[in-house]
Amino acid sequence: MSNIRFMIPCEEANHVCDKTQYKNASLKEKILLNLHLIFCRACRKYSSNNAKLTKTIKKAEVECLDKKCKEAMREDFNQALKEVSN
Amino acid sequence: MGLPTILKIVYFYHKTMQKQIINPDKWIDLYADYLFNYTITRVSDRDKAQDLVQDTFLAGLKSMKNFKGEASERTWLISILKRKIIDHYRKINSNKGKAEVRINYNDSESEGDWLEERVADPFDKTAEDTLQNNELGDAIHNCLGKLPTKQSEVFKMKTILGYETEVICNELNITASNLWVIIHRARTAMADCLKENWF
Repeated sequence: MSNIRFMIPCEEANHVCDKTQYKNASLKEKILLNLHLIFCRACRKYSSNNAKLTKTIKKAEVECLDKKCKEAMREDFNQALKEVSN
Repeated sequence: MGLPTILKIVYFYHKTMQKQIINPDKWIDLYADYLFNYTITRVSDRDKAQDLVQDTFLAGLKSMKNFKGEASERTWLISILKRKIIDHYRKINSNKGKAEVRINYNDSESEGDWLEERVADPFDKTAEDTLQNNELGDAIHNCLGKLPTKQSEVFKMKTILGYETEVICNELNITASNLWVIIHRARTAMADCLKENWF
């Protein structure tokens, strides 16, 4: 066999599928994923669910605090905690 | 009635009778994001929302003795936060009450301050959309709360804050393949959790 693989196992397909959700997959990976999706029903299902999850989260516009804000909050809070326990 | 059924009932009874314990050390890790999301859908100003969450935690700390353990910690904190939000709006309104009369209507900056212009824009989001979005956001945070801490942390950084893979790896000291495994598990769990109501 040549060292170019056309078939990728399901685990790898899922991994690439996760990557595509964040636009981190390379072109080659995407082609291989789509080849895999042609014949694998389970992975097709997984990818459609995955895409739905991304869409839902995007639609919900959820917000999170980033790490810096949280750290600042934690510092203030710990100080207050000390005062209370003293 | 068999023994397993009796055991189940006893266990259930035990669980419901158990009083909720309060543990402020973990508040920020567990509830900061949830409370923040709750606030920002209602206040829509990041800095203000952050202040309100911070105030809520401090107020909770002060009135810890009043916590009776009937509701969960989170519900209790939300009820404090609700009051803070109402107070915030009251404050804004009392400031605005000092009537201002603006006659010149020429500059584009003051456009939109007139009542007539504030009627709903039909192409804007409807109230129902926003309401549903609020609920969806709450549902997502609920599901995030059910994930293990590491998974939810990575998932939030990658999906919601949109950090690059390398940044997350550096910050949390994990390898890239490690990160993708965590992401995969988190995504599967999230999809399962949201499937019932939102897909």
